[in-house]
Amino acid sequence: MDFTYDDEQEALRDAVRGLLGRAYGDFEQRRKTVASEPGFDESLWQRLAEMGVLGLPFAEEDGGMGAGPVEVALVSEELGRVLAPEPFLTSVVLAGGLVAAVGEPEQRAAVLPALAEGSLLPTFAHLEPGSRWSATATAVTATRDDDGDGWRLAGVKEPVPHGARADLLVVSAALPDGGTGLFLVETSAEGLTREGYATHDGGRAARVTFAGTAARPLGEPGTDRTAAIELTWDTARIAACHEALGAMSFALDTTTDYLKSRKQFGVTLNKFQALTFRAADLYVSLELARSVAAWATLVLLDGAESQVGEAAARASLQVSRAGRHIGQEAIQLHGGIGMTAEYSVGHYTSHLTALEHLLGDGRLHLARLAAGVGDHDEVDPLP
Amino acid sequence: MRLELSPEDAAFREEMRTFFTTRVPQEIRDTVAAGRELTKDQIVESQRTLNAAGLAVPGWPVEWGGQDWTPLQRHIWHEEMQRACVPLPLAFNASMVGPVIATFGSQEQKERFLPATANLDIWWSQGFSEPDAGSDLASLRTTAVRDGDEWVVNGQKTWTTLGQYGDWIFNLVRTDPDAPKRQQGISFLLIDMSTPGVTVRPIELIDGGHEVNEVFFEDVRVPAENLVGEENKGWDYAKFLLGNERVGVAPVGATKRMLAAAKAHAATAGPGGTSLLEDPLVAAQVAELENELLALELTALRVVAHSTDGKPHPASSVLKLKGTELQQAVSELVVDLAGPASLASGAGAGSDLPEWTRLATPTYLNLRKASIYGGSNEVQRQIIAGTILGL
Ligand SMILES: Cc1cc2nc3c(=O)[nH]c(=O)nc-3n(C[C@H](O)[C@H](O)[C@H](O)COP(=O)(O)OP(=O)(O)OC[C@H]3O[C@@H](n4cnc5c(N)ncnc54)[C@H](O)[C@@H]3O)c2cc1C
Repeated sequence: MDFTYDDEQEALRDAVRGLLGRAYGDFEQRRKTVASEPGFDESLWQRLAEMGVLGLPFAEEDGGMGAGPVEVALVSEELGRVLAPEPFLTSVVLAGGLVAAVGEPEQRAAVLPALAEGSLLPTFAHLEPGSRWSATATAVTATRDDDGDGWRLAGVKEPVPHGARADLLVVSAALPDGGTGLFLVETSAEGLTREGYATHDGGRAARVTFAGTAARPLGEPGTDRTAAIELTWDTARIAACHEALGAMSFALDTTTDYLKSRKQFGVTLNKFQALTFRAADLYVSLELARSVAAWATLVLLDGAESQVGEAAARASLQVSRAGRHIGQEAIQLHGGIGMTAEYSVGHYTSHLTALEHLLGDGRLHLARLAAGVGDHDEVDPLP
Repeated sequence: MRLELSPEDAAFREEMRTFFTTRVPQEIRDTVAAGRELTKDQIVESQRTLNAAGLAVPGWPVEWGGQDWTPLQRHIWHEEMQRACVPLPLAFNASMVGPVIATFGSQEQKERFLPATANLDIWWSQGFSEPDAGSDLASLRTTAVRDGDEWVVNGQKTWTTLGQYGDWIFNLVRTDPDAPKRQQGISFLLIDMSTPGVTVRPIELIDGGHEVNEVFFEDVRVPAENLVGEENKGWDYAKFLLGNERVGVAPVGATKRMLAAAKAHAATAGPGGTSLLEDPLVAAQVAELENELLALELTALRVVAHSTDGKPHPASSVLKLKGTELQQAVSELVVDLAGPASLASGAGAGSDLPEWTRLATPTYLNLRKASIYGGSNEVQRQIIAGTILGL
């Protein structure tokens, strides 16, 4: 059992922290970036590519760095700390992860090196109006062309993260014979419309409509990909937990700094125990969440594939609880300034909320876990 | 980063597990598992079994019976003991006075007290709190005045846990009432409880049990050599002791066991013997508690992995705070699962209601203490806010 980073991992973290600190250390810069299209900094994206960050989880033969969940976790945490709007989670971990998991060799060769170099931005179009966080698709359906070779999609995906800016869509769709397949769709394809908009946390999403849009099956055609979607989705959930940890620890630091400097009634706020005790409780929440998120990453690294779902649910539940606790209290303890757009802390809360609803909220994960409480005596973290 | 235990640690865990489940008498472990009160003899027998195998005081210096274990091994020892329903070595002996004597005591004191303390030949009581000195321990008033080769002690201690069994009591006493700061002028004194002038009076708690006492000292004459360390330096030793007290303070193993037992009971506690776990609200509550316990256990492992040079990690306050909250929450769940049967706490063995339902409420009420003693949860918040967050 070891929760520490090795030297190489620490070097990676320091490099990423340095780069992101220069880009977004001043919160004003982040505000400017999300205020204009495409909602993130393309030049920073290039520099992340040069650092190898965008190819981290992919095999070296796929043009990646051959790193693993720990490296993804530490990058995610750094992104969360400065609330970087770059689409690492959705484009690299989710869309790239699916291509790496189920793509044919030529599909991986066409997508992954370009993604790692920063020249191609894929996204995963999966969420649908009327569904929540199911791994299956229903609103978008796939049909085979009459000649039996090509495939076409029909229906709507929304919200699709960075759906308007993306260069390539990885789309889930209901297959004619049942199950959910995965497809690659070019953004220039006929019958594809995309309407982009900003989300509450400064992110970007889109409504994407398919009307007989040509699509290529990702991997073996006609195969049900529900399990791969679930696994990649759980992998992304664990990365998102780390992104949330970065955000939560920044929010707590900012809050404690504020309590030490803001004066009311002639003294700084940290003279009021009612407030310092609440800060102490935030620390407890943060540390517990950190423990479970780190553990889930280790399960992803070392454990069996069958354990990943439960680990992701456990981490997501803990982080959901912590994120709401820290996010809400961070605003409250700042008073009015916490509500303002030019101050950072409210944006952290907004992003924590967005992360949770992108991938599945605490209630979802609690229900997953509650369904299995009778299956074991105790929860043992050690395999 | 690594998920698994190293092969050595895994083997160590196996060794502990085997020892605890085969060498400590089953009857004692059954008593713990059922949540019944242990007798003094059972506690003594259990500790002597551990001590004979070198497992009672692993945290002490090796020459006095300690083990050269890593913090992780100590953690595993502690968890496996709880898991196997083995009573933990008496804290007053093993984690409080023992380490103080081993660190600050004279050679004579070490020789005289340490082997007997490890083997529970001496049962120690803790005489810190007083009626007007609880969280604000430094305001204590019990005095010790030097008279030739003796100290003359007067005053009152309270909340003395299991003082009715105590052979000796380690006390904080005021030896210099004129010290410029209250923390100064306090000394650490060992007192034989059979000395004339020592009176122990029981206090009944809300669960109906008798586990704490008041201890009165009236002109109690204590040999001068029973002072530990230097005169007026008692506060330093007390801080050292309380720091030790917080290590391993989150009873993760015991709480996990309690929750597992609760689930087993719940499986037949519904109307007509049906399972209460089918109730989604119950299942959700159990899942939530299991998850928090997992988070706590993992946090304990993180803290253990980082507590170098024997110093407690500052985050150990998190463990005390959350550990006691969860311990209490699980006991609360058990009362709720017992439902109306929990009213039958006064029923005897002839009752038609299961024993666990009858013990549920007294246990729940008794565990309210967990967030009060050993530095209340408010005190822990104060430590986190002050020491960790710098507020
Ligand atoms: C079952 C039991 C066994 C015990 N065993 C022993 C024993 O063996 N030996 C021994 O010496 N002592 C023992 N104690 C005593 C225990 O350590 C004290 O009860 C504890 O330190 C709290 O002190 P108090 O009871 O005087 O409460 P108080 O200090 O009066 O506190 C009352 C309440 O106010 C809160 N509070 C106090 N100060 C502050 C502050 N500055 N900021 C915020 N909140 C504050 C407390 O947290 C608590 O909630 C035991 C207690 C119990 C309940």
